[in-house]
Amino acid sequence: MDIKDKILKIVPEVTFTEQGDTVAVVPLASFRKLAEALRHDPEDAMDFMRDIVGMDWGETLGALYYLESTTSNRRITLRTETDNRENPVIPSVCDLWATAQIKEREAHDFFGIIFTGNPDLRRLFLREDWVGYPFRKDYDMKSNPLNMTNEEDDDVAPTYELGSKGELICGKNVVFAPEEFVINMGPQHPSTHGALRMRISLDGETVKRVDPVCGYIHRGIEKMNESLTYPQTLALTDRLDYLSAHQSRHALCMCIEKAAGIEISERAKYIRTIMDELQRIDSHLLYFSCLVLDMGGFTPFFYGFREREMVLDIFEETTGGRLIQNYNMIGGVQADLHPDFQKKVKAFIKHMRGIVHEYHEIFTGNVIVTSRMKGVGVLSREDVISYGATGGTGRASGWSNDVRKHHPYGVYDKVEFKEILRTEGDSFARYMVRMDEIMESLHIIEQLIDNIPEGEYRVKTKPIIRVPEGIYSQSVETSRGEFDVILESHGDKSPYRLHYRSACLPLVHTLDKACRGWKIADLIVIGASIDLVIPDIDR
Amino acid sequence: MGMKQPKIRSMKYEEFKNNDYLEHMVEELREQGVNVAVSKLDDLINWGRSNSVWSFLLGTSCCAIEFMALGAARYDMARFGFEVTRNSPRQGDVLLVMGTITHRCAPLMKRLYDQLAEPKYVIAVGGCTISGGPFKNSYHVVDGINQIVPVDVYIPGCPPRPEAFYYGLMQLQRKIKLEHFFGGVNRKQPKPEED
Amino acid sequence: MNNSFLDYYSLQPVTSWIHDALCSVMPEALAIFLECVVIGVVLVALYAVLAIILIYMERKVCAAFQCRIGPNRVGGKGGLMQVPADVLKILTKEIIRLKNSDHLLYDLAPYLVILASILTFSCLPWNKGAQVLDMNIGILFVLAASSIGVVGILLAGWASNNKYTMIGAVRSGAMIISYELSMGIIVLAMVVLSETTSLSGIVEGQANGWNIFKGHIAAILAFVVFLIAGNAEANRGPFDLAEAEQELLAGYHTEYSGLHFGFFYLAEYLNLFITAGFASTLFLGGWMPLHVAGLDAFNNVMDYIPGFVWFFGKTFFVVWLLMWIKWTFVRLRIDQVLTFEWKYLMPTSLLLLVLMVVLKVSGLVF
Repeated sequence: MDIKDKILKIVPEVTFTEQGDTVAVVPLASFRKLAEALRHDPEDAMDFMRDIVGMDWGETLGALYYLESTTSNRRITLRTETDNRENPVIPSVCDLWATAQIKEREAHDFFGIIFTGNPDLRRLFLREDWVGYPFRKDYDMKSNPLNMTNEEDDDVAPTYELGSKGELICGKNVVFAPEEFVINMGPQHPSTHGALRMRISLDGETVKRVDPVCGYIHRGIEKMNESLTYPQTLALTDRLDYLSAHQSRHALCMCIEKAAGIEISERAKYIRTIMDELQRIDSHLLYFSCLVLDMGGFTPFFYGFREREMVLDIFEETTGGRLIQNYNMIGGVQADLHPDFQKKVKAFIKHMRGIVHEYHEIFTGNVIVTSRMKGVGVLSREDVISYGATGGTGRASGWSNDVRKHHPYGVYDKVEFKEILRTEGDSFARYMVRMDEIMESLHIIEQLIDNIPEGEYRVKTKPIIRVPEGIYSQSVETSRGEFDVILESHGDKSPYRLHYRSACLPLVHTLDKACRGWKIADLIVIGASIDLVIPDIDR
Repeated sequence: MGMKQPKIRSMKYEEFKNNDYLEHMVEELREQGVNVAVSKLDDLINWGRSNSVWSFLLGTSCCAIEFMALGAARYDMARFGFEVTRNSPRQGDVLLVMGTITHRCAPLMKRLYDQLAEPKYVIAVGGCTISGGPFKNSYHVVDGINQIVPVDVYIPGCPPRPEAFYYGLMQLQRKIKLEHFFGGVNRKQPKPEED
Repeated sequence: MNNSFLDYYSLQPVTSWIHDALCSVMPEALAIFLECVVIGVVLVALYAVLAIILIYMERKVCAAFQCRIGPNRVGGKGGLMQVPADVLKILTKEIIRLKNSDHLLYDLAPYLVILASILTFSCLPWNKGAQVLDMNIGILFVLAASSIGVVGILLAGWASNNKYTMIGAVRSGAMIISYELSMGIIVLAMVVLSETTSLSGIVEGQANGWNIFKGHIAAILAFVVFLIAGNAEANRGPFDLAEAEQELLAGYHTEYSGLHFGFFYLAEYLNLFITAGFASTLFLGGWMPLHVAGLDAFNNVMDYIPGFVWFFGKTFFVVWLLMWIKWTFVRLRIDQVLTFEWKYLMPTSLLLLVLMVVLKVSGLVF
């Protein structure tokens, strides 16, 4: 049955907009009913919530809900809104999808939307004493000057319910009781991989609860995008997840191209795909290095970096950058491939295949490694789907979620590759998935490298790009999971709202689930095996 | 007088770009004047300090990854004596601020600086740290950490290449080599008032 | 057995000559006092020099394992002056006094750690006739003295008033006390083999073959167990849980700066040396040259090499082994460390003790 018919059968008042993506506009009153019905649909349950995008449509505040079914991979977008700007209330869906809990916190932080029923509605990225909601269109940018006073930790989370007369009742949920032994990890900590902060309640060495505190690298990229032209917004995507710089930028370029109707050349598609895979190898090698370093092994760290430097050399020749390359452009790529590119890539593939056994000899087969990683931090398939933990973390738990397979882009539909799946869901499986993906990426590159078609690497575009009105989205598989670009355009030269689905925000949300009952040392390993990049979380 | 050009192994004095700044420092020191024995001792201590710059990292984003590349085998910062990175602010010498500093992070960075043991130095790495970089217009980004802590060396770049890191660290070494141990550099920050 | 060259290199005549000469010009009590002072100074100097050598060695060894160069810029080729520069820096670094800490214990802790380290250090037999503390219960004294160190670590963790240091200290306390058991039992096994608890006696007893050969199977296994336990005692990887950089920043000494931190740093490296030193004394004959019973000509040649060269050679070999282990393995988890000790290592060492006694009683050792 068509998804539209199905929705109309549940809630007949729903209307559909077709500008860009198909969006089901749901009246607030029946939103909760529809969400429950879609989630628990017996034949094709929409069990994966890709994202909640808070929105300020001027008159109304609301959110877009991006849902996907893990069985049929069908997607649908719901839109619901409220015209009460003082106390915008939307019912929470965090009992249906666990990931909604943190996504609703994000929307609450940026738009001040109150999700009734969400157990923990603290601010997510901004300080508790922040005034106003920065993503609202009427927010005064100067209202929060730099505040150098130390921040008080909030141990009590507010939660809201609607009373019988429709009034808001604020309840309190205790995050950490005063008698708990809470240690603070980060933002300055060697193994939080950046400015992540975690507050950890301990019982001896055993972790009782992990509370990630984000926002130490929140730069407000999404808000900044609203005042930048489309080509300018590209530059900031590289700085989101700097280890998936190509892939994130690829997503934004594709989204804008799709919306503006720009057709790019085959050559550019090939180049982009090859670069994406090289980036994945680069990222997974760094993952290996960081993981071993976090486990206290110093020597294997250098192995990962040895090969990573070779990838960076290849990047540098063509793009001029090592980490941040600014390579994808609207309409193609910045520059043509370096003449040595193919030769070097082939040499690298050969080298990598010949040397990967060293990684396994020093690290994978080590008895300490296996005893510290096998069976530790297990996430079940239901967990990862509910938490929306995509990428290698999800695939290690047996959830087939590879965007390259299910919603192909670039030239992924022309290459043959395996989606690496494991079923254990522990740290070791997460690690092995990455190691196997390196090999699979080599396989993909190998199929493409000799067949790059001739042609222009970049099609001419108008100097000022305008995107027709509508809501557009594009997802790619970055090194860490599904990355979505969600663009709402009102026909201007800059986006009305440009939202990125961070691949790492759901991952950091799973930390609490994965770490409970394990030791502090396991927390570090689980954190490293889940593979977090903090600027991607905070945006 | 003991005031001479600070020497850095295998890099000529003339090859550094901003020598005028250093000469200005030398000039200042010369005016203050110290006796020979003291200045020799100064030289010895400065030699020790400049060759043993232990970094204390506040890596918030991309630049920190390039710093890791600096530690890896190709660039190998151990050669210079920057090998040891301490994770406790009590034991580091130089606060390497790598990555954007946001409003939420700024009080924390100040606290880390306060916790460092004297003599302490600050290196601002990357465009975001120096001026806010591409995020200058954001509502949540500090445009330049020099508003919060005194910065000794700026390493521009987005992110800086490892070679740029070295250049910056060598600049810091040159700066340390021109300090007086017996003259106030041991306390960059006034001692906090005892309650 | 012809021990002429051993006697030739012996420092015994030198020390007694100095003693006699001093006694001839001053009362004996004063002479002994003077000697003690001089020996104390020599010990501390040796301690510092060895620490510098060890740190340099560690950097170069790990650089070699990691395909790097390691320090090579400071002080000529090979960066020989890198560590002295570090020392100079640490000496002139501020010592931070924490406001809300237990000042007495906070200041005391690094001295306790360094005291334990120096006490055990001074028991090492360097050469024939060159042993500072030599008593008939020498090896027991070493075990006792080394335990003071854990008190220092616990105090440091407690007095810093910091959760990280506390966790580090408790980890370290649990671990060191556990591994001391295996260590003690293995030492006991070697005492059974050597029939003496005096360190110089143990070394002298290896004149006709090192213990590791004399005790064959039991001694080789004991050597391995001793290395593991010693590695844990010295808080070195894969047992470096107390510092666990990636988990606890700097572990129990997170809040220490300047010289106080330097003491911990120094003690860490010297404990490595001490562990290696006792391993070589108990198993590899200490300063005793390689002797094979029956091959007198070979033994004579070996005797040409002075004892302290043998001692340092063996000790640094063991140090290198331990570094190899540290730079290869990843860190264990605290429960694994303790399970390993109580479930496997201690029963093994008890079995080894029984085996050693059986071998000894039935005359199956050489």
